[in-house]
Amino acid sequence: MAYDYNSSKPPLLEVRNMRVEFRVAGRRTPFVAVRDINFAIHEGETFGLVGESGSGKTTIGRAIIRINPLAEGEVIFQGERISGKIPAELDRSVIQNIQMIFQDPMASLNERAKVDYIISEGLINLKLFKSEEERRAKVRQALLDVGLLPEFSSRFPHEFSGGQRQRIGVARALIMNPRFIIADEPISALDVSIRAQVLNLLSQLQKERGLTYLIIAHDLSVMRFITDRIAVISKGVIVELADTEELFAHPLHPYTQALLSAVPSPDPIVERQKKLLVYDPSQHRYSESPPSWREVTPRHYVLANDEEADSYRTRLSPK
Amino acid sequence: MEEILKIVDLVVKFSLRGRVLTAIRGASLTLNQGETLAIVGESGSGKSVFCKSFIGMLDNNGWVDSGHIFFEGKDMAPYTKERDWLAIRGKKIAMVFQDPMTALNPLRTVGLQIQEVIELHQRLRGGEARQRTYEILKDVGIDDVEMRYKQYPHEFSGGMRQRVVIAIAMACQARILVCDEPTTALDVTIQAQILQLIRDLQHKYNLTVIYITHDLGVVANVADRVAVMYAGDIIECGTAEEVFYNPQHPYTWALLSSLPQLGIKGEPLYSIKGTPPNLFQEIKGDAFAPRNPQALKIDFLERPPAFQVSPTHFAKTWLLDPRAPKLQPPPAIMALRAKFSEVS
Repeated sequence: MAYDYNSSKPPLLEVRNMRVEFRVAGRRTPFVAVRDINFAIHEGETFGLVGESGSGKTTIGRAIIRINPLAEGEVIFQGERISGKIPAELDRSVIQNIQMIFQDPMASLNERAKVDYIISEGLINLKLFKSEEERRAKVRQALLDVGLLPEFSSRFPHEFSGGQRQRIGVARALIMNPRFIIADEPISALDVSIRAQVLNLLSQLQKERGLTYLIIAHDLSVMRFITDRIAVISKGVIVELADTEELFAHPLHPYTQALLSAVPSPDPIVERQKKLLVYDPSQHRYSESPPSWREVTPRHYVLANDEEADSYRTRLSPK
Repeated sequence: MEEILKIVDLVVKFSLRGRVLTAIRGASLTLNQGETLAIVGESGSGKSVFCKSFIGMLDNNGWVDSGHIFFEGKDMAPYTKERDWLAIRGKKIAMVFQDPMTALNPLRTVGLQIQEVIELHQRLRGGEARQRTYEILKDVGIDDVEMRYKQYPHEFSGGMRQRVVIAIAMACQARILVCDEPTTALDVTIQAQILQLIRDLQHKYNLTVIYITHDLGVVANVADRVAVMYAGDIIECGTAEEVFYNPQHPYTWALLSSLPQLGIKGEPLYSIKGTPPNLFQEIKGDAFAPRNPQALKIDFLERPPAFQVSPTHFAKTWLLDPRAPKLQPPPAIMALRAKFSEVS
């Protein structure tokens, strides 16, 4: 589980100075969804992106998979730039190697297509099979890999429960044999008992195939369980990034602290003693000294100005 | 403690495409004045239908088949006419709906939507009703009430809209407030604020609150008592401490064990196998038995009665029968029990 960060291997995916803008009808200036986004994800790692709705977390995932174009910055995958204009050969490789699992399994599967087609659509688009038998065999294997029966391939999505549908969504991503999977809120639409099944499936697949995950979610308790590192995003900017346990033990940025204080816990005593922190952006004095992205302790990054960074360091230093 | 609502052996059925579905299978529950009760269950377990049955909001193809719903000494189970329910719904028992995006009318200002309820239930008119609307908006934590009064729902954020939905429910001056998943559509920070708001209103107006939710974090936060629903029946009910730290039913064990918060990182989470039973068919024995790897023989044959664990705690499982073998609950539950002995 614990990922070895000392290896000198280059990261699998790197996001540099990402900025995504959206045009708004009737306005001259575009809306900046996310800006100054920098992070690197290593092979075999599970990286989490947490934030509230509207914070831009989904936009980052969509920009990596090239649904949203970048206004600035670049995305590097396996050492090559994949944002902007890229050669057709690289395009194919990116489509195959980066796959996505969507939030709502009720909405993300084509209701009119059979499971067989839904799962093999990627193969068909990239012509990744030589014969019909090979395609069938791949679909069969993908279904087995996610714990479904091969017979299910002739059924329609409405015949399945939420958990099974999400497995179909996972099978559709897996059949491409990707190295990197972006999962946008993969379990938030599922029932409590089914969440565990899907979480177990994701971690089992990671162990077997050395997959790398970017998990986008708002539920910090789930994130704590599955991720190695977490980046906290607020209003389009990453405010803190650290190893998961470090982030939970020593949250530095006031926004992270507010977010952690609000996490619901299934424990009545803990909940009754809980003190809510409220994040007030005006508590920063950024007009005098603007914040920058800095490493406060090894591998623990936070957005802070000089004064704040000093106070964070004193807080972390052993007394 | 005074009982405000008592439901006895309630059976609710629906007719769907010529077949009969039993949504509630003999559930019993008592609600005490001033308390907060949370009904927990997965989707399809019947928690929403259960609550709709005592505010007369069952769909047209559904009916109370047998059982009793006592409210203020009267049995509401035989009510069929809309006129009967109008004296209860809103007036005595009000509901806060799940999705604030769809619960409000997008074409009317927020103020008018609240005022409409005040005029109907509190018999106020014109300026008086308007003043009362301002007060209620303030009550639910909305500032700038005169400006907000004139705004439309789309000008409100999700959390603010949920406050408006709560304001509408409050405007009825009901005794019981039923909150159906009031925070699932909201962010955690907003969620915490809304829960706090409901708690404040509850103290101020001496309300009895029922939460319907699948989020055990919310339950732990708000509930005095917890009722666990599975396949249309309340299979366990007790104080929050009893249900969270000393659960008795295998389904409650499974539900709590499958939470990531109780899991060990790097190890597989406990997960419940199979799917909930088909409610079109008659269920024999314990409804959870087919998914329970440790089910007893009798679980498949006979339905367990409610066994009393303490005066405030019951569970419908044969494990509590004196003749039953002593089963070891899953490790996560053992850890919780250790906590329970600390608490009590």
